[in-house]
Amino acid sequence: MAATADVPAHGPAPATTKRDFLKLVTGASAVIGAGAIAWPLVDSMNPSKDVLALAELEVDLTPIVAGQGIIVSWRGQPVFVRHRTDAEIKEAVAVPPGELRDPQADAERVKAGHAQWLIVSGVCTHLGCIPLGTKSSDPRGSYGGWFCPCHGSQYDVSGRVRHGPAPANLAVPPYVFDGDTKIKIG
Amino acid sequence: MAGLHKSEFANPVVNWIDTRLPIFTMMQKEYGVFPTPKNFNYFWNFGALAMVNLVIMIATGVFLAMNYTPHVSMAFDSVERIMRDVNYGWLLRYVHANGASMFFIVTYIHIFRGLYYGSYKAPRELLWMIGVVILLVMMATAFMGYVLPWGQMSYWGAQVIVSLFGTIPVIGDSLSEWIKGDYYISDITLNRFFALHVIAIPLILVFLVVAHILALHEVGSNNPDGIEIKKNKGPDGHPVDGIPFHPYMTVKDIFGLGMFLLVFCGIVFFAPTFGGMFLEAPNFDQANPMQTPPHIAPVWYFTPFYAMLRAVPSFAGTQVWGVIVMFGAIALLFFLPWLDRSPVKSIRYKGAITKVALALFVVSFVVLAYCGMKPPSPVLLLASRVFTAVYFAFFLLMPWYSKIDSTKPVPERVTYHAH
Repeated sequence: MAATADVPAHGPAPATTKRDFLKLVTGASAVIGAGAIAWPLVDSMNPSKDVLALAELEVDLTPIVAGQGIIVSWRGQPVFVRHRTDAEIKEAVAVPPGELRDPQADAERVKAGHAQWLIVSGVCTHLGCIPLGTKSSDPRGSYGGWFCPCHGSQYDVSGRVRHGPAPANLAVPPYVFDGDTKIKIG
Repeated sequence: MAGLHKSEFANPVVNWIDTRLPIFTMMQKEYGVFPTPKNFNYFWNFGALAMVNLVIMIATGVFLAMNYTPHVSMAFDSVERIMRDVNYGWLLRYVHANGASMFFIVTYIHIFRGLYYGSYKAPRELLWMIGVVILLVMMATAFMGYVLPWGQMSYWGAQVIVSLFGTIPVIGDSLSEWIKGDYYISDITLNRFFALHVIAIPLILVFLVVAHILALHEVGSNNPDGIEIKKNKGPDGHPVDGIPFHPYMTVKDIFGLGMFLLVFCGIVFFAPTFGGMFLEAPNFDQANPMQTPPHIAPVWYFTPFYAMLRAVPSFAGTQVWGVIVMFGAIALLFFLPWLDRSPVKSIRYKGAITKVALALFVVSFVVLAYCGMKPPSPVLLLASRVFTAVYFAFFLLMPWYSKIDSTKPVPERVTYHAH
């Protein structure tokens, strides 16, 4: 074999030579070098700065009156922003979570002190259609929330699934309030 | 198992694979024990460097292609997005663009080694010719790649080069239209240059490089003394002047690679446009078909041939003569194995005439490169003409001067001084 000559073959335990040390250092440098080369290539596939800039969306809530809702586009997906009336909030809070397919109290799905604002992902948890119900002319289903025309799932005023094939409630995206009239989603 | 060769590797997994697909045996034979002349100097690193450079171009190219859009309205902006928004996009772009220049530096030195030591002579004629084809394919790839950023120089450089094909009599106009896919350098042209540059031509290049290496391994490497080491075999069947490729040449190549990367990284990180020579200033402006930049020049690695093109005047109403001279300058390389009538390979054993001729050739290449970079002027035109003549004389007079030149006796064993 044309392998590099190693330590002399005499003696029970071959002592570590300088060559072994050099081989170790070279090997380690090669690994670090390979990593340094691979990382920029791999990282270039991560979201770029323009994608990250669009990752956060600011929504001004002032034009949305009680009982109304809008749909905004966030990270390429629809998000429902609904200004709930007091009656709707009472209705949502009154539902015992035990009755729900996906048990969740209304308080867990809104921000404290801002219960009139419901912000949920507009993607049906069944197979991904966009449920109707944000526009006042839309059918809202029997629970006053949303109705998915694809397979008939129905969501209530808290975005929780009440009927139909959908397995889970409409997802609540990460968002924070910036004052009382602005939210930042993402 | 009947009929299969017997692999003898210690590791059972390696042995299992090798019995069914003898890649480990092949690696051992071609890169482990392969007898390499022991008098190699650093000129012999450049082939390996070219291969590494090719890998770098493909790797950075793939990731650039993930973010590039080959449409006239978006190409330039997509490159700017790569530079500003894509993580490490600036690094990918600078490595790829400067990698092209490094590729030609390495390849020109690699070719010079061949000229100097007679590596093109028998039995390496085919190896040499495959190499010339590789050079041509590299030039095509580089040209198309340069069009992709769709800057001013991209567009106008493409305009000039494609119109060269238009000068061919009879078929010129249809040929030029066929290349463009349109009546002018348009979106259609850009898209097809993208397809060719990213897949078709690199694939051909990889096959050519494999053929080049196979041809080399069949005949064995040349060496600075031009001696065929296989003629002198020891009792074990190995050439007495040969040493196993691994570890001697693997370590030497890794060292050479380190030096290459040092220079490459120095340029990429500290001088990424190399004073406007590697990344040209007009290309930072988006292509404008309505406005020619004040000075069109190809990238430095094309300038010697560009100077030859401009040196030849129009004759009988056509400029095709300049095109013929330009392509002829590269075509002549093919015939080198038969133009050189010297009985010895390496310049070490050739006489003064050959040495002067080769020196003049190198000088003419450099002067032509300079002339090709500058705007035309009467002095430069004269210089281009003189040095084009010198360049061609190197080849065309070779059958005569290589025969009459004195030679020194070639030794039996390579000249090698252990240190």
